[in-house]
Amino acid sequence: MITRRLIEAPDGRGWIFLGLLAAAAILVPCLNLLLPPTSYFHVPTSAVALWGKYLCYALLALSLDLVWGYCGILSLGHGAFFALGGYAMGMYMMRQIGTRGVYAHPILPDFMVFLNWKELPWFWWGFDWFPFAALMVLLVPGALAFVFGWFAFRSRVTGVYLSIITQALTYALMLGFFRNNFGFGGNNGLTDFKDILGFNVQAQATRATLFALSALALALGYLIAQMVVCSKAGKVLMAIRDAESRTRFIGYRVESYKTFVFTLSACMAAVAGALYVPQVGIINPSEFAPANSIEYVIWVAVGGRGTLIGGAVGAILVNYAKTTFTTGLLAPYWLFALGALFVLVTIFLPRGILGLLPQRASPSPRLRGEDRGEGQHQAPASPLAASHPNPIPMPEGHGDRGSASHLRQRSAPQPAE
Amino acid sequence: MDHQVDALAEPAAIEPAVARPHDITQSLLYLNGVSVTFDGFRAINNLSLELAPGEMRAIIGPNGAGKTTMMDIITGKTRPDVGDVLFDRGSVDLTTQDEAAIAELGIGRKFQKPTVFESQTVEDNVLLALKADRTVRRTLFWRPNGDARRITETLETIGLAAHRRRLAGSLSHGQKQWLEIGMLIAQDPKLLLVDEPVAGMTDAESMTTAELLKDIAKDHSVVVVEHDMEFVRRLGVKVTVLHEGSVLAEGSIDEVSANERVVEVYLGR
Repeated sequence: MITRRLIEAPDGRGWIFLGLLAAAAILVPCLNLLLPPTSYFHVPTSAVALWGKYLCYALLALSLDLVWGYCGILSLGHGAFFALGGYAMGMYMMRQIGTRGVYAHPILPDFMVFLNWKELPWFWWGFDWFPFAALMVLLVPGALAFVFGWFAFRSRVTGVYLSIITQALTYALMLGFFRNNFGFGGNNGLTDFKDILGFNVQAQATRATLFALSALALALGYLIAQMVVCSKAGKVLMAIRDAESRTRFIGYRVESYKTFVFTLSACMAAVAGALYVPQVGIINPSEFAPANSIEYVIWVAVGGRGTLIGGAVGAILVNYAKTTFTTGLLAPYWLFALGALFVLVTIFLPRGILGLLPQRASPSPRLRGEDRGEGQHQAPASPLAASHPNPIPMPEGHGDRGSASHLRQRSAPQPAE
Repeated sequence: MDHQVDALAEPAAIEPAVARPHDITQSLLYLNGVSVTFDGFRAINNLSLELAPGEMRAIIGPNGAGKTTMMDIITGKTRPDVGDVLFDRGSVDLTTQDEAAIAELGIGRKFQKPTVFESQTVEDNVLLALKADRTVRRTLFWRPNGDARRITETLETIGLAAHRRRLAGSLSHGQKQWLEIGMLIAQDPKLLLVDEPVAGMTDAESMTTAELLKDIAKDHSVVVVEHDMEFVRRLGVKVTVLHEGSVLAEGSIDEVSANERVVEVYLGR
């Protein structure tokens, strides 16, 4: 049943997005692996890794757009969930190094040997087994988001106050992870990975596979988010965004909806982090930096808030610009460019880049499908008067009567028709 | 000792001419001795009110009489300092419930300022209000089983059937008021609390609103808070006058407007 809903959810634009992702997931690895480097169509491995990283950022931005664009939760701490997912994957890959580390210890990662630790801390247990690590990728950030959301949303912390405590959350985690005795490699983080599931992380084929998986994860993340947004729950989320207390008086438990969407979003961000780490080869506490989380918000704003695809597009465009910028003469000015971009987008493109495209219709195709059938047995002449004993006439708009009657002519069915 | 008890009991017996609740089990809504203070200001002062099942009641009073605060107390937005707020024949203590639980019990509220979900269509606004399971799991896997028919019915009642695809934010002020009343109907509550339904409406609009409310009152209990005396007269129901957080008078509109103290309060003699 869920599969069917996933397939029903995307609109026309969504299918184009999914089509592009599918094409990228198939073509890029093929062009990288099958063509000789001399070919014009060959995609260099460095580009595969770079674009794989962009796709992870795109999933992260999409997850942020789900909470910010649809439920009004401006999380300035989504980097925390991204980084936690990355750390869980990093821990797995650290355990895979085994005796190939500098100190050649069969169990302890290098940094623990360096710190003179004698045995593996309990929270590292099980991370040598991939399914466990994969579960932790979802479970740890998910549980953190659930507990955080449960307390914050139940106490009705909203708006800028919520944004501030999400910043505090990621900042606190950053400080923790920077400490050596926290057990995650201190400020060096986790690096020097050798392989993942037995495949060399540096190998061309592994990189191509990780790229394809990132595209797949982004597509799946989009489908899940789109399914949520198109469901009635999505309408409730938007209602909460626009008029929270009204939603509460209608009888919806606002805190449950917020906690749900926040947790889902955190899990998606964590998957992005877990795919990001093997592709960049390192995870360290700077991923928790509050400034990073703010940058993610800029990606979403640039792409178009409340569109899902916009988040992904914004992340890819801004990061592409960042790569181009920071590798040339303009490198010292990147942050100015980013700031200017945010200001300009906010002023001139309040709906982001996707706002430039034609607006799609309201997302309730199923409801519409049903009442299309009903319209057939509805009396065509004056349905207002026919079907209810006490009809209300069309309003005489106060103030501008001219436009009100014009409106009536346009939208209300006339008995003569 | 006995004397003292009598002396304490006595003032209660000679309280204003409010109909004392004889039997809680006969009332849909029962407020007794409710007081609430904001920063030393007594917004509600020993307020007692009783509403029978199926009754429609108009509540009037000058600015600051505590009308909106009373609604806040009933819907769980504000907790009273003292007093009983009981619902459904005394079976539920509303002071222990939160807003969502109170809405689930069957109390719907229309706000003074029309608040509809502006970025969603008219029909989606009604869909959100429709009586249905409100849990995340159910709304996530929701299917429109007969919802479209109920939405159409509601929209026809409030006269917005032709506007169902429009964004609620693009409606006129009066239409928004009606949409909000429609959302109340869709909730199918036992009790509707309607705060200033005709504020900012033209005479014609307020007349149709009166008809709409009278129609709703046929199978719901309704409490209408309103400033507009003409509108209240048109409703033709029992009126409760609030003043400084407590009940000043109760009766038909003619009785109430003949009451000297009411005149005094309204004209500020």
